Amino acid sequence: MADFLSFSHISKTYPGVKALSDVSFGVGKGSVHGLIGENGAGKSTLIRILSGDTAADDGEISVDGVAQHFGSTRDAFAAGVVVVHQELQLVPELTVAENLRLGRFPNRAGVIDFRSLKDEVNRRLKEIGLTVDADTKVSRLSLGERQMIEIAKAIMLDARVIALDEPTSSLSSQESEVLFRLIGELRAAGKVIIYISHRLDEIFRLCDGCTVLRDGKLAAHHPMMSDVTRESLVAEMVGREISDIWGWRGRPAGEVRLKVEAMSGARLPRPIDFEARAGEILGFFGLVGSGRSELMRLVYGADPRRSGKVSIDGVESSGTNPRRSIREGLVLCSEDRKFDGIVQGLSVAENIVISARRHFSPFGLLSLRREADTAADFIKQLRIRTPSAKQDIVNLSGGNQQKVLLARWLAESGVKVLIVDEPTRGIDVGAKAEIYELLYHLAEKGLAIVVVSSELPEVMGISDRVIVMCEGRIAARYERAEFNEHAILASALPDRTAGEPNKKAS
Amino acid sequence: MAFLKRLLLGEQGLLVIFVIAFAVVSVFVPSFLTERNMLGLFQSVVTIGIVSCTMMFCLASRDFDLSVGSIVAFTGMVAVMASNASGSIVIGLIAALACGTFVGFVNGAIIAKLKINALITTLATMQIVRGLALISSDGRAVGINDPGFYQLALSRFLGIPTPIWIMVALFCVFGFVLNRSVFGRNTLAIGGNPEASRLAGVNVDGMRIWIFTIQGLVCAVAGILLASRITSGQPNAATGLELSAISACVLGGVSLAGGRAAMTGVIVGVLILGIAENAMNLLNIQAFYQYLVRGLILLLAVLLDNVRSTGLGRK
Repeated sequence: MADFLSFSHISKTYPGVKALSDVSFGVGKGSVHGLIGENGAGKSTLIRILSGDTAADDGEISVDGVAQHFGSTRDAFAAGVVVVHQELQLVPELTVAENLRLGRFPNRAGVIDFRSLKDEVNRRLKEIGLTVDADTKVSRLSLGERQMIEIAKAIMLDARVIALDEPTSSLSSQESEVLFRLIGELRAAGKVIIYISHRLDEIFRLCDGCTVLRDGKLAAHHPMMSDVTRESLVAEMVGREISDIWGWRGRPAGEVRLKVEAMSGARLPRPIDFEARAGEILGFFGLVGSGRSELMRLVYGADPRRSGKVSIDGVESSGTNPRRSIREGLVLCSEDRKFDGIVQGLSVAENIVISARRHFSPFGLLSLRREADTAADFIKQLRIRTPSAKQDIVNLSGGNQQKVLLARWLAESGVKVLIVDEPTRGIDVGAKAEIYELLYHLAEKGLAIVVVSSELPEVMGISDRVIVMCEGRIAARYERAEFNEHAILASALPDRTAGEPNKKAS
Repeated sequence: MAFLKRLLLGEQGLLVIFVIAFAVVSVFVPSFLTERNMLGLFQSVVTIGIVSCTMMFCLASRDFDLSVGSIVAFTGMVAVMASNASGSIVIGLIAALACGTFVGFVNGAIIAKLKINALITTLATMQIVRGLALISSDGRAVGINDPGFYQLALSRFLGIPTPIWIMVALFCVFGFVLNRSVFGRNTLAIGGNPEASRLAGVNVDGMRIWIFTIQGLVCAVAGILLASRITSGQPNAATGLELSAISACVLGGVSLAGGRAAMTGVIVGVLILGIAENAMNLLNIQAFYQYLVRGLILLLAVLLDNVRSTGLGRK
C-alpha cells in the first residue's frame, strides 16, 4: 500500500546544530502514527517542517503522492496538513465559533454572518461529539476543551493529515479519554494522525505504528506496533537500556523542616496543613485542577494568602513573597517553565545566577568571574547540554532548561526546602533519570523535598510519602509501604460515591 | 557582496551603517567635519542623549515612559523659578532634581503598586506635568535673573562644553550599570520574563519604581541643562522628546518587548538622529523634512533589525 504521507530524506541544520539528517518514513491512510524520541531528538523540527512553519534544507514531504513545498502554514492548510501545537493557538477573548473560523469568517461584503457561523460551528461540534456551545468564550473553557477546539479547527479545515504535539500534557484523564475517542473516529474517517507524546502507554494504546527519532536521525520505524515492546522503544529512544528509571533509594527522615498550617488563598479556600521532614521526598499527587500547584504557590508566597503560616526548622517564616522565602531557605521550581520559570533572552549562565548572584555582588556590582565560575560549575555538575554558558536559554531542550532551573536553586547556599512542581513535564527519559538522581542527592544532603506531579508512576517511583489532593483539599496520605496505584488514583478522583455520568469534566 | 551582507547583518550592523553614514556625510556636506560643527552636533543631542540613557532601562524592563518631555520642561521651569525666587542657583537645581525625582517616583509607584499600564500612567502624567509647567509660568517663558545660570551650559572643560561631558558621563555610568550591576541584569530579566523574575526572587515592583524614579532624576538633569542653554524656563520645551528618545533606543537595538538593550547601540542611535538633523541643517533643508527623514530612518533601522533576526533563525 502506498503511503499517504511520506517524508523523504528530510534534513535541517540550525546554526551549530544538525536538527534532522536524512529522515525518511511514510504513514498509510486511516492510521494513527506515533512519533517519539527524547527532547532534542528532532520531533519538533520535523513537525515544524510539516506545518510549513519552517522549510527543510533538503528532502521533501509528499501527501497523497503529490510532492509538497510548504512556504507557510497556509500552504500546509491548503494541502490538508494541520498541526495542533502543544501551546494552543486560540484567541481567549473570542468565542468558540469565532476561533474556529478565524480568518475565514462567512461574510457578506465584509459583514460577518453570525447566524450561519454559529449554526455551522454548532453542527460541526456536534458531529465530533463536543458539548460546547459555539457562543462560549474560549477563556471560559477548560484546557481539555480548548484542546478539542483546536482539533475541531483542524477538522473544519478539511485536514487530511493532523499532527498532535503532546496533546495530553495538560489534560486530566477524563479529558484524555474524550480526546482518544475523537482520535479513533478520525482514524475511521481515513485521516492520518501523527501523534507525538512522551507517554508510551498512550502510544501503545492509540497508535498503529510509530517512528523513533534520536539525535536528528531515524532510530527506528515500526509500521506496526505488534513487534514492539515498551522496553525496546525506550532502548531505541535513548540508545541504551534503562531498567529502572526511578532508582528509588530510601534514607532516614530527620526533623520536621517544613510545616505548613491552615494555608488558604483565593483559589484554595479550604485551609490545608502538611509537613515535610529533612531528607524526605514528599510527593503531592492530584489531577489537574486539584489545587496542588496553587497550594505550593501559596506556601512560596507567590500568590497572596488568605490565611496560613509556614515554619522552616521550627521558626515561623515571614515569607509572604518569593524574595523572602528564598532568603529563609524555601524555594520553588514552578510548573510551567516557559511561563514563569526561564527568563527568555537571558543566557544560560544568567538564568542560573539570577538569584544567587546577590551573595557575590558587593554593592550591587557583578563579579563576572564568580558568575562564570558558578555557571560553569553547574553546567558540568548537572550535565546541562548547551553549546556555551552564553547561549540564550530558549535554545535549550526542555530537560536542560529544567536542569538550569534546578541549578538556580542549587546555587543558593542556604536552601532547606525545595518544592518542585512537575519536575519532568515534557522531558525525555534520560534527563528524567538524571533529575531524579539529583533529587535523591539533595534529600541525602538533608533538604526537605516536595515533588508535585500529575504522573502517578513518577510520584510512586520517587517519593517516600505521598499526599493526594482532590478538589482543593487533602484527600489521603500514604507512607511508601502503603503505596498502591489503585488506591492513590481512587482517592484523587472526585465524586467517588456519587456517580454522575453526565457531569462535565472541568 | 556576501561580505557586505554579513557586515551589515552582523551584530555590529548598526555601527557599520553609522560609520558609513558618517563618512558619506563628512565627504559630501561642506563644513560638517569641523570642530565647531561637531561640538554643535553633540550639544544638539545632549537632551535626547541624556534621556535615552534611562529610557533604555525603561524599555528594557518592558515598560514605557511618555512623560519625559514634560518632566524636562517642568524641571527646567522649576530650576529657573526656584533660582529666581531664592536668589540661589544651588537651591534652584536641588528643587528641580527633587521635582523630577518625585514625578518619576509617582510614575513608578502607580505602575508597580497599583498595576496600571505604564503607557496609560505616563500618558496621564505627561499631561499633568506639562500642565503644571504651564500653570506655574502662566504659559510664558521665564527668564533667568542670575547670569551664573547660563554658565552651566556655557562653561567648558578642556574646550568641550560641560553638558557634553555630563552626557558622556551618563553614557558611561548607565552603560556600566546595565552590564555590570545586579540592577542592570535584573532590568533585563524583568523585561525577558517578569513573572519568572519575581519567582526567582527579583524585587520586580521595587525595580520598576527605581527605574522610573531614576528616569525622573535624569530628566531633571536634562531639563536644567536645556533651560540653561536656552537661557530661560520654557513651558513648551522638549515637546515630542519622548518619541525621539524611544526612537533613539529602538534604533540602537533596544527591544520594545523588553529584555534586550545595549548602551553602545543607544549612543549610536542618538548620534544617527543627531547627524541626520545636523546635515540637513547644514544643507539648508527645511526643518519640516526632518520629521520625514527621522521617521524613515527609524523604519529602516527596524526593518534591518528584523532581517537580521530572521537571518539568524530567531523568531
